[in-house]
Amino acid sequence: MSARENILQRIRSAQAHAVVPEVERIIANPVRGPQPAPVANLVSRFIEQAQALSSQVLRVDARNEIPHTIAHYLAENNLGNHALCWPDFLEWDWIAARIVVAAQPASADDAVGITGAFCAIAETGTLMLLSGAHTPAATSLLPETHIAVLDSARIVATMEDAWDLLRRERGSLPRAVNFISGPSRTADIEQTVTLGAHGPARVLIVLVS
Amino acid sequence: MQVSSLKFQRNAGKSLKNKILQGALKNIEPRFVGARREAISHLEDFEAVRSRATAIRDQVLANLDQWLIRFEQEAQRRGAIVHWAETAAEANRIICDLARQYNVKKAVKSKSMVSEECGLNDALEAAGVQVIETDLGEYILQLAHEPPSHIVAPVLHKTRDEVSDLFELHHHLPRKTGIAELCQEAREILRPHFISADMGISGANFLIAETGSALIVTNEGNGRLSTTLPRVHVALTGIEKVVPTLEDATTLIRLLPRSATGQDITNYVSVLTGAKAADESDGPEHFHIVLLDNGRSKMLGTKLQAMLRCIRCGACMNHCPVYQNVGGHAYGWVYPGPMGSVLTPSFAGLAATLPLPNASTLCGACAVVCPVSIPLPDLLREVRHQQHQANLRPWLERKVLAVWAWLALRPIWYARYTGLMSRVLAWLGGAKGRLTWLPGVWTRERDLPAPAGQTFRDLYRKRDKS
Repeated sequence: MSARENILQRIRSAQAHAVVPEVERIIANPVRGPQPAPVANLVSRFIEQAQALSSQVLRVDARNEIPHTIAHYLAENNLGNHALCWPDFLEWDWIAARIVVAAQPASADDAVGITGAFCAIAETGTLMLLSGAHTPAATSLLPETHIAVLDSARIVATMEDAWDLLRRERGSLPRAVNFISGPSRTADIEQTVTLGAHGPARVLIVLVS
Repeated sequence: MQVSSLKFQRNAGKSLKNKILQGALKNIEPRFVGARREAISHLEDFEAVRSRATAIRDQVLANLDQWLIRFEQEAQRRGAIVHWAETAAEANRIICDLARQYNVKKAVKSKSMVSEECGLNDALEAAGVQVIETDLGEYILQLAHEPPSHIVAPVLHKTRDEVSDLFELHHHLPRKTGIAELCQEAREILRPHFISADMGISGANFLIAETGSALIVTNEGNGRLSTTLPRVHVALTGIEKVVPTLEDATTLIRLLPRSATGQDITNYVSVLTGAKAADESDGPEHFHIVLLDNGRSKMLGTKLQAMLRCIRCGACMNHCPVYQNVGGHAYGWVYPGPMGSVLTPSFAGLAATLPLPNASTLCGACAVVCPVSIPLPDLLREVRHQQHQANLRPWLERKVLAVWAWLALRPIWYARYTGLMSRVLAWLGGAKGRLTWLPGVWTRERDLPAPAGQTFRDLYRKRDKS
């Protein structure tokens, strides 16, 4: 017998009297656990939580303000004027903002990666990114600075709400769903938190109202 | 990994005298105990979340075969390949075969305690694969050739100075002393390995039956890099890690980082499903999931089944007065502290782990903080019972217990004997009321307060008369 059959056989013999489970019924009707009480203002809750986890948040009123806002941030932090971005963002007016953008697979040398987000979660100040041909996962991972453009209408209360949104809009999961809550960090040496481990050291969220 | 749990007493003694280790262990109280308390307070009703989490884990364990089959079906439908391993050796063989099949020269690893359980690194290296640990703590341990001493913070026992020494020795760069500089140096050294590796190896915190996904929580981003850049990704985890739905995983995520490091959420939570699509520029071309049994299925249907709920947060060890004082290495295997003292005997055998269930005061702190309500003190007592049943306890201990049991079944004799001993010990305690010279180690480090000279029964009888 194969390892698979042996393991399953051992489990079954230990559970001889188990009730036949309704696996498919449970999956078709997912039960939510206890969630935080609803908040009046999802946007302010999101900003508060994101900042608590060391993400920076800048608000803009319209999409056409995004390149300038990013340019200002890059200049302020001495981050140069080159950036990688998701392909859909190429159409924005980066020339006027004097930023050179490229939409290509990220390499170890890229300093800045600009992405969107599928949605964001107010409870923990978390961004939810889906992998895909037009939304490569490495853009938010390899560069030392990650800039995420987020529509404030895409902020939901909890991770459960985010799953529902994903089921509604996409039906199934992409290869990778990445929940990002601030810059990468480690506390392995003397349990002292240090920002910027293997992932980005800076996360800027440009929130479009 | 070799089991050296039989040497617990000697190693614990050494740990207590190790000043560097004792200094490092002082971080547990503020950084873990305090941080957890704070993070749990952010939940409106911790007990409600915890009881839901417990129900989720119990629901899966009650029909584990069905949930595993559902997980396997969905994972394969999405393009992952699922392997089953009965033993650590079998898991190693499967992964070494994959390395050969895909012509893997270098593998980068995200932290995985199951891989430590299997001794996977040694197996891969013997098969000619260069293995690089990329979690900062695990990387430091790889340089030092040491096992982890904590399941969440594997390098808890080391100080910054020791890390400086190791990096200077291995990196041939000017010595760094600041923690941030050391982290930056590790980032720069490890980055090229992520880019050039052929295989990424991770664990999985949860397997989601609904979607066939492996869920991984990390803070450093090394888990994301290891599972995004190399062309092959292998996730190795225990068969008990399956949960039904995304909602269930979410409930557990509300508890895992809070219980482990006092974070409301880890920096990254990655839900990985299948291999990359043809039009994607990143992600592994091949995604393999290895499900390890290695003693887990034997715990099902026994009094130790509740242990399989464990989500590996480490809260039980952080709050254990024994662990807080001796650290993880004394326990002699991958899983230290209360959870390890239940798991290790089941995985490595009762005889090889005799001291473990006794390396506890049964104070109950572990059960109070466990996010999935595992009654750890009860389980530790059960392992003690199993040791006794298997005749593994020392001869003298068994005889003393047999005499006590004989006496306890005869109430009149029991009352006479305890009444007599109580008076004798009270007399021996003298004016100070303390015994300072019992045989063996009993009074070497402490005095025993002498009994009052009257038993409860004496007092009760007197009260009745008055």
